[in-house]
Amino acid sequence: MSMRYQIFVPCDSIARAVGADQVAAAIVAEAAKRQITVDVVRNSSRGMFWLEPLVEVSTSAGRIGFGPVSVAQVAALFDAGFHTGATTHAACIGEVEAHVYLKSQERLLFARAGKTDPLSLDDYVANGGFAGLQRAVAIGADKTLAEVQASGLRGRGGAAFPAGIKWNTVKEAVADQKYIVCNADEGDSGTFADRMLMEGDPFLLIEGMAIAGLTVGAPEGYIYVRSEYPQAISHLEQAIKTAVAAGFLGSNVAGSGKAFNLHVRKGAGAYICGEETSLLESLEGNRGLVRAKPPLPALQGLFGKPTLVHNVLTLASVPVIADKGGAYYHNFGMGRSRGTMAFQLAGNIKFGGLVEKAFGLTLRELLEGYGGGTANGKPIRAVQVGGPLGAWVPPAHFDMEVDYEAFAAKQAMLGHGGCVVVDDSVDLAKMAQFAMQFCAEESCGKCTPCRIGSTRGVEVIQKIRLNQQRDENVALLEDLCETMLHGSLCALGGMTPFPVLSALRHFPQDFGLGSKEGQS
Amino acid sequence: MTPDQHAVVARILSARQQEPGALLPILHDIQDQLGYIPETAIADIAFAMNRSKAEIHGVISFYHDFKMSPPAAHELRLCRAEACQSMGSDALAAHVHACTGIDEHGQTADGQLAVRPVYCLGACATSPAMLVDGQLHARVTKEALDAVLQPILNKTTGGAA
Repeated sequence: MSMRYQIFVPCDSIARAVGADQVAAAIVAEAAKRQITVDVVRNSSRGMFWLEPLVEVSTSAGRIGFGPVSVAQVAALFDAGFHTGATTHAACIGEVEAHVYLKSQERLLFARAGKTDPLSLDDYVANGGFAGLQRAVAIGADKTLAEVQASGLRGRGGAAFPAGIKWNTVKEAVADQKYIVCNADEGDSGTFADRMLMEGDPFLLIEGMAIAGLTVGAPEGYIYVRSEYPQAISHLEQAIKTAVAAGFLGSNVAGSGKAFNLHVRKGAGAYICGEETSLLESLEGNRGLVRAKPPLPALQGLFGKPTLVHNVLTLASVPVIADKGGAYYHNFGMGRSRGTMAFQLAGNIKFGGLVEKAFGLTLRELLEGYGGGTANGKPIRAVQVGGPLGAWVPPAHFDMEVDYEAFAAKQAMLGHGGCVVVDDSVDLAKMAQFAMQFCAEESCGKCTPCRIGSTRGVEVIQKIRLNQQRDENVALLEDLCETMLHGSLCALGGMTPFPVLSALRHFPQDFGLGSKEGQS
Repeated sequence: MTPDQHAVVARILSARQQEPGALLPILHDIQDQLGYIPETAIADIAFAMNRSKAEIHGVISFYHDFKMSPPAAHELRLCRAEACQSMGSDALAAHVHACTGIDEHGQTADGQLAVRPVYCLGACATSPAMLVDGQLHARVTKEALDAVLQPILNKTTGGAA
């Protein structure tokens, strides 16, 4: 019998956007030409995006990686015997899981990233999948809730609200219908962890939602995915079909006798729909106008019924908590920030990708240690943490530990863990203007501070940049930001001042003001 | 609407209208099949959903994705968000403007090319990124942009709409 070689080429949409499909086809064609039998598996991405397309070869000594691979290199890779695990080709990075970027990570959420075929239920189950759901069914709703409470898990979408409190509120609510809603409207620049997870391990989100549904007594669930993520939508839809057929979803979830039905809904390009009440309006078929709170969605959410709304990563954290217990999860992290955070290194960065670590490392370890500094070798001038509503953090603060409270103390926010790095060519006054512009573009229009304030903000920053009555306009901008911070209905208007004021505070010279850079 | 378009809308409405909160899926289905949402479909949708025409129009106009006129033959969407800006997307946008003469949200007079901004494609570790006719490209260089843009521009008669 001739030898068969197993070769992995990621099907992640970013790997595909840099040529993975062409590389996979070239490997198949070249192997055929050389009469070598290969099985090409389309796995998920490891999250080391600077190496994509990252091709892996299965050997007795683990997976050997090669990246980034171009179509033009494929013949030479075969010449070097890469398919046998030979490590002589220049693109070889050695054993993938021994790579320094991966080895030091603490991957609970992304435990399967890069290892499995995202749509293979067998792969998922063989790698620990559905163990959490099965334990949740075995121990019952009250004990599952206790595990979630003990874990210290907080909402990963940005607001960091304790999940256990929310679950308890929905569970205790008395109603004829309840819902689980997954907010997968990941619109923040610099974030891609939700996309990676939905494309790369869709069964994990399904499992987390099923556990949530059984625990709080909600038989229906919706995943609201932004339209910019078509592959996440298609992978979720396929995985849901598979899970229904296997009895992990549907009328009798994992033999529990309880139902949980899951639906995928596609957004339509409105950033504001990442705000939970706007998302609920959108799911109901309305304009995505933000609702005033109270009532809380946990009591009156989708279609007026008690609704557990969580981000993708919050729900995807649940299976490991249900499987290994709340205490296991709580052992990771520091202070009131427990568990792991999926940091996303993005923008002008050498080693951009996903770093899942327990809370408590420093920004410097993330950006310089993992990230390797900027892509072009220039100094890092600032990093925007937490998306377009996050503060610009100067290098003087890079040694602070990453947890929710430490960031809040520096008038910054950790948000969803996205880090956009910029080099010293950046004009932070221009970025401040962009923040206001973006808010003006995406405001739902319901409240005045956001709707009008953002447009006035653009104008005032323009005047500052053009040195028109600069000092008066700086005072006006600070006043406007104060109004938006305290008077807006939701985080869009309420947090747009974060990037604006942080740019002004830490980089005043970009606004033509004469004080030293990097002061806090 | 043509009789064919009318039949498509009717089929979508009868398949979807019983779903809870069905309006967005209905609008997506219509746009997927017809390329846009014809003005005259609004009355049919409103009737089927038991809502006012103004409400349906309000929902369509709220979301950036929904179009009420036939789409251009090709669509280019450059990511303009912060991560892509940090890797030179402004220069790419200026290059597109210089080559096409059309602004963001603009379209060539002959309907060959539309340019729309997008804010984040989830490719922030491989910036800059763009979508061309729904196909995602990352680590976009000026040369890579030209490789997809020039064949489209060769088909246009030029000029902004």
